[in-house]
Amino acid sequence: MKPLHSLILDEAERWLFRVILLVSLYFTVRGHNAPGGGFIGGLVAGAAFTLRHLTGLSSEEDLCGRLRPTMLLGLGALVAIVTAMVPLFVGDTLLESAVWSGDLPIVGEFKVVSAAIFDTGVYLVVLGVILTILLALGGTEDTTDGDNGEDTSDSRGVVS
Amino acid sequence: MIIAFALFALLVYAGLCVTALRRHSALAARIGAALLAACVVGSLVLGRRADAEEWTWGWVPPLNLNIHLALDDFAVAMVCLVAGLGALVLWYSVDYFADHRAYTQFVGLFMAFAVAMLGLVLSADLFSMFVFWELTSVISFLLIGMNDESASARSAALRALLVTGAGGLCLLIGVTLFQVSTGSSAFGVLAEVDQGGAMFTTAAMFAMVGALTKSAQFPFHFWLPGAMSAPTPVSAYLHSATMVKAGIVLMARLSPAITDVSVWRWAAVLLGGITMVLGGVRALRQVDTKLLLAHSTVSQLGFLTVLVGMGNPVALYAGVAHLVAHAVFKAGLFMSVGIVDHEAGSRDIRVLSGVGKQLPVIAILTAISAASMAGVMPFLGFATKEKALATLIDGASGDDSRATVALVFVVIGAVLSAAYSVRLVRGLFAVKKGVPATQIHHAPAVGLVAPMALTVVVTVVAGLAAGWWGTLMKPVAQSLNAEATGKLALWPGFNSALVVSILVLIAGGVLGWRIPVEPKWPTLRISGERIFQSVYEGVLSFCAHVTRYSQSGSLSAYNVAVMVMVVLAVGIPVTGLIGDVSGDVVIADSVAQVAMVVLAASFALGAARTQRRFAAALLLGGLGFACAVIFALFGAPDVALTQLLVECLVIVVLLLVVRQMPRRFPSEISWIPRSLRLVVSIAVGLVMATFALMTSLSRNAPSVGDEYLVRSKPEGAGSNVVNVILVDFRGTDTLGEVIVLLVAGIGIVNLVRMAQRRRREDPDKIEMAEVGE
Repeated sequence: MKPLHSLILDEAERWLFRVILLVSLYFTVRGHNAPGGGFIGGLVAGAAFTLRHLTGLSSEEDLCGRLRPTMLLGLGALVAIVTAMVPLFVGDTLLESAVWSGDLPIVGEFKVVSAAIFDTGVYLVVLGVILTILLALGGTEDTTDGDNGEDTSDSRGVVS
Repeated sequence: MIIAFALFALLVYAGLCVTALRRHSALAARIGAALLAACVVGSLVLGRRADAEEWTWGWVPPLNLNIHLALDDFAVAMVCLVAGLGALVLWYSVDYFADHRAYTQFVGLFMAFAVAMLGLVLSADLFSMFVFWELTSVISFLLIGMNDESASARSAALRALLVTGAGGLCLLIGVTLFQVSTGSSAFGVLAEVDQGGAMFTTAAMFAMVGALTKSAQFPFHFWLPGAMSAPTPVSAYLHSATMVKAGIVLMARLSPAITDVSVWRWAAVLLGGITMVLGGVRALRQVDTKLLLAHSTVSQLGFLTVLVGMGNPVALYAGVAHLVAHAVFKAGLFMSVGIVDHEAGSRDIRVLSGVGKQLPVIAILTAISAASMAGVMPFLGFATKEKALATLIDGASGDDSRATVALVFVVIGAVLSAAYSVRLVRGLFAVKKGVPATQIHHAPAVGLVAPMALTVVVTVVAGLAAGWWGTLMKPVAQSLNAEATGKLALWPGFNSALVVSILVLIAGGVLGWRIPVEPKWPTLRISGERIFQSVYEGVLSFCAHVTRYSQSGSLSAYNVAVMVMVVLAVGIPVTGLIGDVSGDVVIADSVAQVAMVVLAASFALGAARTQRRFAAALLLGGLGFACAVIFALFGAPDVALTQLLVECLVIVVLLLVVRQMPRRFPSEISWIPRSLRLVVSIAVGLVMATFALMTSLSRNAPSVGDEYLVRSKPEGAGSNVVNVILVDFRGTDTLGEVIVLLVAGIGIVNLVRMAQRRRREDPDKIEMAEVGE
């Protein structure tokens, strides 16, 4: 099976990728007060990478650059667990929210909730899992393994 | 406190042996031997103090589970035995192993074993004894299987672990029942409580089964000869001097507590007696001297079980004294077999000939130890066996039926032990007609002979000064039972016991001399070993059958099973709810909802009907999108958004997979008939729909949603209540899900890496395996 290279898709991906990532961050940040959140944000970011995967950039270097999916997984879980546990050390219960608010010159009044940090952890883990799955599915063009060209079994596809 | 600290320090040292000292194993072994020797001195010093050294640590105080160590006189004697012989064997092992590849591991495990064993003999509480007991089983498993490239060593190790492990479980049941019936498992408390109850008896019997397995008593005796595939230093330490004595120690500790349980006493006398005779007979037919020693150990352990378990305080005294005597001479004998094996390259009595001429010192030392085993004056074994015989004769001439039975067994056992002692010495060292003289490659190293010689020194000195040695043993036995007293003597006076003893020696000597090298006795058809083997294989094949029938590997079978369970588990409670419905059924709020439901249903039907994989994947995606719209119509933007995104990703992933499969589904998709699949599918649909309807109609508590809506802003500082629930109110759930995702991700990574590695190593084989699956 020959990969379909679409010039339009390739060109669109070039800037859509960044826009979608930006949108994913937006969803994550606004999540506390409007539809969105870490889980949704992570899925949106995953969609960006899926789009890139579809254009044929399916090897680990092409898809993620210097990002390591396993590192994202670990980092996300670490962030989530640490934010969940910090309240224990100051005498509160697990995952107790803290709210910091202040006033900055240009931004104006702002408010940060510790839960947002927890959400960032969720974002990273979700993205990490999606990247892992994409990499596990292997390349879009690489179904031949040299030794057996007409292989069509699905277990083959697991190996990149 | 000091003893706990000492044990901990030894354990740390065991760890050092395999880490910092791993390149200097010989040094590690010598230091370890010195540390163990220091334990002997330390325990003797501490034991002389007026108030016994004690340490208690509440492990689980509400359950009354404590680690309780105490250094009473019995413990001092046992510590001297365990640490002293440990030091000697470790010293011996340096030259025995020389450059064995697993020597580092041996030294570490040996030290760890010594710690576990010291903890066991120091335990003043059945529960803490159980903990150390299990540790010794596990470490013993690792030591028996030290030659891990040998299949027989591995299976012997496994068998020993299974038998002693099963016994350990019985002991645990015993501990629990003691706890339940008396509220404590401390030996001191058990001795004072009322022992009438059936539960106490049951507990005592379970504890006894544990003791019987550990001390290789009939019908669990078979694992010990198998354990002889361990290197000789391991056998000398674990399987003659220490670990197999754990059962005897347990019975000795429990003995004062179980004064009234007659079935326990009878079991000890009968099973110990049978073991004594059985082990003796089997020892007489062995041609491998190490196996001969193993069976003789089984036999001697039977003797100890009878003495310690029969419930006569003086016999308990004799038992304790003989326990020490046996450990000393048996460790020496194992070392001797090890030396001959090491220098002559064999320990088979059919092969060895004329070794005695070339290794006269070893021959003399061995003969002394064997004489002690046979009970020849003036060695320690004589004094202790004499005491046991005298006690049993006293009891039998009185009105003690257990003593009479025990006496019969002990006399037969003593004849046999004299016989196998003769066989051992003759087999190892004598010149045999028709057998070429064995070549001794080089004289044994001092490090091999000296430890063995030290055990012989103890045997001789304690035997000559039997009176003094007997007074040393008195407080040891009395710390178990205040009435357990007696004395040993080099010359007990010309009494009936001495006459029996002399007759026994003559009979045994003749028997040992006359038995051919390979006696043609019929073997028993039923043996513990065979029963164990058939039970073991039976369990395995039963498991294989269960797995074969329950795990067919067929996806449709699994699906049908899961769905039938859903129908049953959800359907039955839901039909019960149909009666008490409150509230009105609202079919739909708007035309759009109806339209989306119709759309979703047609997608689902299409997915089920289509013959092409590609179309099925797309239709499934369409179903997901329709659901997302339905969520949005119900005013749940977060859920709808999530559904939409997940659906996008799932479609892409599905298509990537489908791309690599045949275009069409196979004509026969499953071996399960279509009609059955249809029935199950429809049933699942109906049950789930009813379930959804019923749960919304039969609400009997206010919705948590309203409460969350109120609390969201003030407590979670967020106006998106869904998100506040996710990260705050039910944040722990989310945390759990994060961890699930993490685990799933790691799982995928590992599966991929494994497949890559397998492919790299052997592409052809994988090809076959995949076809096979």
